[in-house]
Amino acid sequence: MKDVFLTLADYFSYSFIRYALVVGVLIALSSSLLGVILVLKRFSFIGDGLSHVAFGATAVASVAGLSNNMLVVLPVTVAAAVVLLRTGQSTKIKGDAAVAMISVGALAVGYLVMNTFSMSSNVSGDVCSTLFGSVAILTLSKLDVWLCVGMSAAVIIFFILFRNKIFAVTFDESFAATAGVGVKGFNLAVAVITAMIIVLAMNLVGSLLVSALVIFPALSSMRVFKTFKSVIISSALISVVCAALGILCSVLLSTPVGSTVVAVNILAFLAFFCIGFVMKRR
Amino acid sequence: MAQIVCSELTLGYEKKIISTGISFEVSAGDYLCIVGENGSGKTTLMKALLRLVPTMGGSIETSDGISHGDIGYLPQQTEAQKDFPASVEEVVLSGCIGRRGFLPIYTKADKIRAHNNMRRLGIDGLQKLPYRELSGGQQQRVLLARALCAADKLLLLDEPVSGLDPSAAAEMYKTIEELNRKDGITVIMISHDIGAALKYATHILHVGYTPKFFGTKEDYLKSGAYADSYRGEEKE
Repeated sequence: MKDVFLTLADYFSYSFIRYALVVGVLIALSSSLLGVILVLKRFSFIGDGLSHVAFGATAVASVAGLSNNMLVVLPVTVAAAVVLLRTGQSTKIKGDAAVAMISVGALAVGYLVMNTFSMSSNVSGDVCSTLFGSVAILTLSKLDVWLCVGMSAAVIIFFILFRNKIFAVTFDESFAATAGVGVKGFNLAVAVITAMIIVLAMNLVGSLLVSALVIFPALSSMRVFKTFKSVIISSALISVVCAALGILCSVLLSTPVGSTVVAVNILAFLAFFCIGFVMKRR
Repeated sequence: MAQIVCSELTLGYEKKIISTGISFEVSAGDYLCIVGENGSGKTTLMKALLRLVPTMGGSIETSDGISHGDIGYLPQQTEAQKDFPASVEEVVLSGCIGRRGFLPIYTKADKIRAHNNMRRLGIDGLQKLPYRELSGGQQQRVLLARALCAADKLLLLDEPVSGLDPSAAAEMYKTIEELNRKDGITVIMISHDIGAALKYATHILHVGYTPKFFGTKEDYLKSGAYADSYRGEEKE
């Protein structure tokens, strides 16, 4: 056991490991907060669709040889989020069909572009790390770290300031609208924040696994907790603990970061599922 | 003095007309039941009154001290609400959301208002319980308390007893009648239950029948709309 701590202390003398932990925990925190809204509004699939769009945009940006992918990926994903939320409410194209269409379309085009135009010698390696996150612990620049800190702070402040409105709109959109809440503006804000978080979280776990970070903590906490406030707080805690544990495990065992974090989330879900089951039986 | 006057309304969505020529007025203390077949535009009419959907023609005017924020709404329950993690108190308090503007918290006055409305509907004592574990009748009372937090002059109820067992439905009707008679709250209710509509309402609006009927309950019983749609059922 002492060895483990010594190894960890050794690793943590490197700044990039510390950055990775800070960024990972912040991403997990903000995505879990947002996840509660998405799961309750039945929008989980939109997170999944957006992550595929972000993959396509990343592919195009990296082939175009841009120095900072974020400049392309973020606007494209935000635009896709707005479009998806709009079509989700229209009756002409069914929401789920539109999401499926856009998400597999972006996936296919992204891979096609990467495979055809990439100058890289290791195309399948590039694709794999965009889809599942970096193989080893991620290396982040100081700019990335501050970007993450800023965006997470924005999400947390949004939640604290608008928690009552978030509840009212999530629980009953038409009632909230009659009570004078700007539901359209609220939904737009949620779409933009979702896109931002997905683009950020892609760095950590890769685009295919992003929606796990969004939905797992919320679903775990809903097995056990029954009020809105407790669900929000507990899913943030669950997510932070799982992310920290996952990152530490991946450092110690040299496993891929993204899938390790998701695996820890799955274990947490199973634990909460059992607790919820026992509570119901009593 | 009328609180709401609708004249020659045309309703529909995405350029498809559902219903035309709807005219009626509601005065303070009235109890109006909207009846008609499925798909005749009852819920759309209610949403138009709440300005949730645009109308395609005609006009809706509110007056007599009624403005947009004075209308309390009890929508039909959505699928998502059935397993929504929320305490009774959280749901009822959310009725005060329109009073707060940009203030991020509920005030003491809001909490008192919420508790008064819970007591009024006989659900005080349930406030810490999870909403999703209540019976259907209790859930409807919670949503009605929320509507009363939003507004206490005019209530719009969209099938408040759907899915309730007969005794819970009867109690719900009794509660609504008390709010109408004792507290003088104007009630506009969509109902499938013509028996209850005739028992409690003062006025009836029958949509989805040509010509549409609007008038007092007594006149409705003599009308063609009633004869064609329901008289056969009563004899059976």
